[in-house]
Amino acid sequence: MIGYLLRRVAQSIAVVLVVTIIVFVLLHQLPGGPARAVLGNRATPQQLAEFNQQNGLDRPVPLQYLDYLRRWASGDFGFSYKLNESVGSLLLQRLPKTLILNALALLFTIVVAIPVGIYQAVRRNRLFDYTATGLSFVFYAAPTFFLGLILVLLFAQNLKLLPPEAPQSDGVTPIFADFRAMILPIVTLALLSIAGFSRYMRSAVLDNLTQDYVRTARSKGCSPNRVLRAHVLRNALIPVATLIGLSLPAIFAGALVAESIFNFPGMGLLFWQAAQTSDYPVLLGVVLVTAVATVVGNLLADVSYVLLDPRVRFS
Amino acid sequence: MSLNSPYLAGEPLSAGPAESPPESPAASHDVAGLPAGRPRSMLRLGAAVFVQNRLAVGGLVVVVLLVLFCFVGPLVYHTDQVDVNLGNAGLRPGAGHPLGTDETGYDELGRLMVGGRVSLTIGFAAAAIATALGTLWGAISGFFGGAVDSFMMRILDAILAIPILFLLLFLVTVVRPSMTVMIVVLGLTAWLVPARLVRGETLTLRVREYVQAVRVMGGTSWRAVLRHIVPNVAGTVIVNATFQVADAILLIAYLGYLGLGISPPATDWGGMLSNGTNFIFPDYWWLIYPPGLAIVAVVVAVNFVGDGLRDAVEVRLRRR
Repeated sequence: MIGYLLRRVAQSIAVVLVVTIIVFVLLHQLPGGPARAVLGNRATPQQLAEFNQQNGLDRPVPLQYLDYLRRWASGDFGFSYKLNESVGSLLLQRLPKTLILNALALLFTIVVAIPVGIYQAVRRNRLFDYTATGLSFVFYAAPTFFLGLILVLLFAQNLKLLPPEAPQSDGVTPIFADFRAMILPIVTLALLSIAGFSRYMRSAVLDNLTQDYVRTARSKGCSPNRVLRAHVLRNALIPVATLIGLSLPAIFAGALVAESIFNFPGMGLLFWQAAQTSDYPVLLGVVLVTAVATVVGNLLADVSYVLLDPRVRFS
Repeated sequence: MSLNSPYLAGEPLSAGPAESPPESPAASHDVAGLPAGRPRSMLRLGAAVFVQNRLAVGGLVVVVLLVLFCFVGPLVYHTDQVDVNLGNAGLRPGAGHPLGTDETGYDELGRLMVGGRVSLTIGFAAAAIATALGTLWGAISGFFGGAVDSFMMRILDAILAIPILFLLLFLVTVVRPSMTVMIVVLGLTAWLVPARLVRGETLTLRVREYVQAVRVMGGTSWRAVLRHIVPNVAGTVIVNATFQVADAILLIAYLGYLGLGISPPATDWGGMLSNGTNFIFPDYWWLIYPPGLAIVAVVVAVNFVGDGLRDAVEVRLRRR
């Protein structure tokens, strides 16, 4: 197992390196470049050249890349062209917020989707099953900017129950102080993903209900309720656990559309603003964080699979 | 960066272990409704299972109706979707304009047809490109195995780890967005999931006798991949392709919202919807709900069709 883990970690590092190379090369193919974006349309060619020289943008791309790697290795993510802050401190500000929003949305999704999925499987092809399937698909299919808007209109504009905007603070603690403002963003994000989780849960429970061990348990006189709880549930949770592992990267990545509807300054908006202002150091920092989170999430998903299901071996 | 934090980014919404009807052998026997003893083709068996799923059939009907609406509709209902006519701007639904007009005077019902044509074309074409590319990549990677497989899969892992928004932004910045460009762009970012699925199946297929036989008889590797592996993963691939269509339609809607979509006067349902959301306070509801409902209807319908197809393919596999 340790050999397997070491090999996977080595592969993961390679993948992250390939990601940074691809992103770095792509960024330098973009027309215009950061100098024009930072200095504006009236900058003279001389000023542009000066900017490029100061920021090392006039050197060959491979050299620039090695330079970046060297600085990343020492924990320096560079300095934003536009925001007058180091990328490291920007990430430290935005990442916890995105983590809170997405982790709570994921938690809410799981808490709702797992019981719904189980009940759907037990009541397969009955009214509840059809209703839950239909509703979850409708929420999944509604673009976030449409769904979020309807929720804002309903709960903030008409019923005046909840604020239309997410908490607008720099720190993390004020978010919890103003928790009512988080409800709409969390619910909007969760509604989107409930369909996926409840579908998986429903399939997994249905799949397990036909297994031999269920028949054995029933023939030994085990009550249907106990079969469900003690036998089926444990096994059915395996694919869902993997799914949770696979959704870890999304927790780090930020949800641009939801963040922009509710004006929540997380990673998504940071990335979007950096993209619009050609703020390369910020872009690279966000992409790096996302890539690492994706690779680690995949690794955790694989490991969790083996830990939860003794039939699967590391290979 | 996911646009939306879809926790299942790119994965089919309802993938995973396919549900097996609890009383499956007996039930599918009855369902097929064919006299016992007569050989039943896999296709008919699959079709019978599909038809039994009412949601899937309903979904198929909705998709067909929407396609007719978008592609045949403009032949019957003529509107000018090119010239701006400010004299007609922001009319409420009424005589002459059943769904009113938008802020530049385009007839909303006609625009719904034209926009839907773009959305549906992009959805289906992007899914086709993604599926073709992914199938080939996955089949080659799985078939050759070893170093080729590792190399091709690491590339895939790397692209999967790049935020899709970054790739889309890059591609849209470099090339001006037209319908063809959007198809290629979305296709190029969506092939990763089918590639993984196909590779997984290929790993089990390549040791089958009939594939071995091709090699013994002197068939080339290409022949084995294209003539024997690819047809056998078709079931999985078609199911995934349906979900790809829905995802592409949603993704193009999000791009429209971010201002990266099709440029006017052309439009798509997502662009219409995000434009309509600007007029929520003057209460131009006819600019918001028709395109919104159209997107929801087509995405839900396509997902139901995919669900039904998956059950049908599963039955086929189990019978094998």
